[in-house]
Amino acid sequence: MTAVAERVATPGAPGEPSRRVRFGWAVTDTLTITRRNLLVWIRVPAYLVFTVIQPVIFVLLFRYVFGGAIPVHTVGGYVNYLIPGIIAQTAAFATFGTAIALAQELKKGVIDRLKSMPMARSAVLAGRLVADTLRMIVTILIIVAVGYAVGFRFDNGFVPAVAMIVLATVFGVAICCISAYTGLAIGDEESVQAFGLIWLFPLTFLSSAFVPISTMPGWLQAFANNQPVTYVVDTMRALALGGPVWPSLWKSLIWLVAIFVVFLPLAVRAYRRAS
Amino acid sequence: MSQYNEVGEQPAIIVEGLTKSFGEVHALRGIDLSVPHGTVLGVLGPNGAGKTTAVRILTTLLEPDGGRALVEGYDVVHQAAAVRRSIGLAGQSAAIQEELTGRENLEIIGRLYHLKWPQARSRAIELLEQFGLSDAADRTAKTYSGGMQRRLDLAASLVGQPKVLFLDEPTTGLDPRSRLGMWEIIRSLVADGTTLLLTTQYLDEADELADEIVVIDHGLVIAAGTSEELKGRVGGDVIEFTVPDRSRIGDAVAAIGAIGEGDPHADKETGVVGIGVGGRGSDALIDAVRSLDATGVEVHGLALRRPSLDDVFLALTGHAAEEEDQPAGRRRGRRGGRAASKDMERTAS
Repeated sequence: MTAVAERVATPGAPGEPSRRVRFGWAVTDTLTITRRNLLVWIRVPAYLVFTVIQPVIFVLLFRYVFGGAIPVHTVGGYVNYLIPGIIAQTAAFATFGTAIALAQELKKGVIDRLKSMPMARSAVLAGRLVADTLRMIVTILIIVAVGYAVGFRFDNGFVPAVAMIVLATVFGVAICCISAYTGLAIGDEESVQAFGLIWLFPLTFLSSAFVPISTMPGWLQAFANNQPVTYVVDTMRALALGGPVWPSLWKSLIWLVAIFVVFLPLAVRAYRRAS
Repeated sequence: MSQYNEVGEQPAIIVEGLTKSFGEVHALRGIDLSVPHGTVLGVLGPNGAGKTTAVRILTTLLEPDGGRALVEGYDVVHQAAAVRRSIGLAGQSAAIQEELTGRENLEIIGRLYHLKWPQARSRAIELLEQFGLSDAADRTAKTYSGGMQRRLDLAASLVGQPKVLFLDEPTTGLDPRSRLGMWEIIRSLVADGTTLLLTTQYLDEADELADEIVVIDHGLVIAAGTSEELKGRVGGDVIEFTVPDRSRIGDAVAAIGAIGEGDPHADKETGVVGIGVGGRGSDALIDAVRSLDATGVEVHGLALRRPSLDDVFLALTGHAAEEEDQPAGRRRGRRGGRAASKDMERTAS
């Protein structure tokens, strides 16, 4: 067995690359995976439908069908109330794609192949998050444009409007970590999709996104008043339309930090263990 | 020092006492392997025997519970990064991105091997050419046939020019023609000096491609040797037929009892009777016809065939290579079941 020891110690053998080289690889590998994921997104009509057409339909449905029946005291009427809510929901629903894509890659052995390669192990998840964030921003901007077409207006100036979009994106990325975790932990496309409906629908609908919480029964208000989507949507509305931002913002930030702290490590662990 | 050949070169793969359990399921119960450079080891066994688990450990996807494994001299646990630079892996399903073209798939893998763009491009072109996919290079992989997808998958595993290649059931689920095409490609890789570890459920595949074969069952190596040596243990060719009148199975068994090596086996349910006849082949077949004719037992589908994996298992373990699930339900989407594979096996041989 001496030969084994010698081989390991041989200076000519390819040793570990330096920390700097490895960091460089982590960046380029992440970009490569991002590029790949965006290419896939562009090529699959179903993803486009899920991420773009579905929220547009929601805008039209709530603006013109349900909206008239929902009493709000927002300047500019229900459309101004609705659009920040729809944007938050869209950001959350966009992460369906994250969970499903990861589950597919897992099942097909793509993740096995990538893990058996000398690439940065962090790049698969990082590239997925970066690509999905870009995808999310595109979708959000589309919804803003559609919102403008149906009468929504930012009433609070340019910088708060940008801040609202940034907050929506950060919220989406947080939800993305949860979705990535479910995708990797469940590992089956259909189950992931079904499970996504189970938690994402209640989370986004049982909030202030579409209707004032005061219209809900008391027991439901207890949940709706304290969950992250409500805080995020309230903050987004304050940023878009004016009003006190801070009371809901600090609670949003606590929730978002908590989600990142819990689910990012869980997703990374699920990726490491995924097989 | 028996592990080392005359030039004192260390084998490309060394496995010693490897164990792995998933909860209650003991997937590997102490496996030893040694694969010299430039040779092909066929790992033969039914589903759930532990083949995939072994490959996953050797390709750094899974950590063993005990024992150790070296690939190209690097420990798969402690020097995983160095192992990953030396290997290629193609699994049971095509691990390609179906929405991307064949070219894009290979270019992206090339980039992930840290090739510069121009090199990644030329390597992709080279591999598409080598695997007969040039015409389909710019079509999305979704439009490829099953055989083409597997070829692209195999091409992807070669982008990094691995010294050691792991193929986990490379032809499972392929039609006979694609399967032969795959064998052709694998043979050319081996001719170029690549060390290959190949898992398969098919004896004929191991027979065609492997220099050495190990048979794994329930996480243990139960036999090792060349294909000829293994066949010797099975008793060579097999004569098999069906007796439609189940009440006469006993007569049929008695009639052929003397012509083979060992005892005939008979299945009372299906009426299938078989016996190993060693190297006597067609002589034994003629004897069988005469003898059955003399007894007056009606038989169907009397044929001489080469021993199958089932025969190997019957001979080595006394039980058939039955379908078993991979531990903890971790088996990935396998295309085609055992029944389909069996048909394929017959057609191909």
